[in-house]
Amino acid sequence: MRPLPLAAALCALVLALLAASLSLGYAPIPLRALLGAGDPLHVMVMQQIRLPRAALAALVGAALGLSGAAMQGYLRNPLAEPGLIGVSGSAALGAVIALQTGLAAAFSLALPLMALVFAGGAVGLILLLAGPRGGSLTLILAGIAVSALAGALVSLALNLSSNPYATFEIVFWMMGSVADRSLEHLALAAPLIALGAALLLTTGRGLDALTLGEDAAQALGVSLGRLRLTLLLGTAAAVGAATAVAGAVGFVGLVVPHLLRPLCKARPARLLWASGLGGAAMVLAADLAVRLVLPDRDLKLGVVMAILGAPLFLHLIYRTRRGV
Amino acid sequence: MSGPLLDLANLTVRRGQRPVVDDVSLTISPGECVGLIGPNGAGKTTLMRAALGLIAHHGRSNLADMPARTRARAAAWLPQAREIAWGLDVETLVTLGRLPHDSRAGSASARAVSAALSRMGLGNFRQRRATELSGGEQARALIARALAQEAPLLIADEPTAGLDPAAQLSTMQVFEDLAADGHAVLVSLHDLTLAARHCTRLLLLDQGRLVADGLPTEVLCPENLARSFHLKAEILHTPHGPLLHPLGVLP
Repeated sequence: MRPLPLAAALCALVLALLAASLSLGYAPIPLRALLGAGDPLHVMVMQQIRLPRAALAALVGAALGLSGAAMQGYLRNPLAEPGLIGVSGSAALGAVIALQTGLAAAFSLALPLMALVFAGGAVGLILLLAGPRGGSLTLILAGIAVSALAGALVSLALNLSSNPYATFEIVFWMMGSVADRSLEHLALAAPLIALGAALLLTTGRGLDALTLGEDAAQALGVSLGRLRLTLLLGTAAAVGAATAVAGAVGFVGLVVPHLLRPLCKARPARLLWASGLGGAAMVLAADLAVRLVLPDRDLKLGVVMAILGAPLFLHLIYRTRRGV
Repeated sequence: MSGPLLDLANLTVRRGQRPVVDDVSLTISPGECVGLIGPNGAGKTTLMRAALGLIAHHGRSNLADMPARTRARAAAWLPQAREIAWGLDVETLVTLGRLPHDSRAGSASARAVSAALSRMGLGNFRQRRATELSGGEQARALIARALAQEAPLLIADEPTAGLDPAAQLSTMQVFEDLAADGHAVLVSLHDLTLAARHCTRLLLLDQGRLVADGLPTEVLCPENLARSFHLKAEILHTPHGPLLHPLGVLP
């Protein structure tokens, strides 16, 4: 597909899903309430409840899709995903600690802030482990080590938890959701996701060049060290912020680039923005499914994403095996 | 354009204590098609990568001293490993050679890509997915990518490996034509007859040292072949150019 029609189609899809997400709820509320027109109660519900949910779904999806495409382009591997470098695992650990210690109950942004601090710490640790000039393999290994450590510490927190209510909270939080988020959450996550996206979108040229391998890319004038640093910081900001407000939502970063790659003629740079838009659409759609399928059971977004994503992932493995 | 395109002075690369490239000095000027020959492990690839500034080295290389973007416009590098990560179409792949230039979309860019494609006989392959081509066709597409870069100097690491005889000959012919157009080419080769016929000058590398530098017929003398390649060979001077006929392996 040519880039302009593709961008237009994806934008239209995201806007339609945003409108659907804002319109869906217990009471029918006209969209114009978003702009403050009409019944004050409608305006309140629309602006304070539905808007954060819809906007966060779109932002979280965009962050995951974009960083997934960047990570796959950098590692030249269609099975890479943003969680690979341990940012989401570490953010989850921060959130769990906030829940476990009761800090999360103290003030409303304690949990996302704690998650962000841990995501930042993870990137620092990975930079330290992988070194300034390390190749992509050391980056993967450092990411696996950090993820494993974060996972182990989350298990430890659950293991030692003496408060069943906190355990319950942790388990539910880790399933990932954008329900009942406030404008404060949106205000915290949006700038960081925008910053991360801006950084990641600058890597397009380098990722295109990397199609030819690290040596050829370097000889084409790409600084691999700077590319890697931009990628790490961009992913940390975008995915760290997304995880901090929405919990662990898997498969988006893996599946969206895979679905859109044929439409982008496999070009890594074009796949970046396409996956950002595609990710937004996918999470918005999944969040709608969450509310439509079992409206009164508080189905979690991460669960639905995994149920949708895993079969797609199996399909990807099947196609890779056939060498397509 | 004056002065040499490649200027190396005392270039040395060490791996541990052992020098892999040992105190190499040379220059390459426009119009030259220079063949880099030597046995396996002589340091040919390391010399090329160090000259481009891709690995740590001692000594001086004019290319390594340039900022990355400037260097990418001064020299194109064709690595031996033929990597194509994604299923791009051939035209897009070749267009990657335009990355160091300011605009990838302009008419100069389209012209360079078309010229590179037709030079490598890939005119009918434009829309084919590069990952679905045969190994030899991929090799030609990657050479076209390096040509599209339109740098004055092309450095190619064993570009003819794995190509059929006709493709080997036409690739070397492309390099000769580039040199005749005022570009310069540094190409590492294992086929000594191909090197003798198509290069204006040969460099013989042995254990990291530059042991011979001169006209192909001078460099490919029986003594050099025996000492560096452990090869007993005769050089037949045919009307079509020199022909190296290996007779046996020396101890």
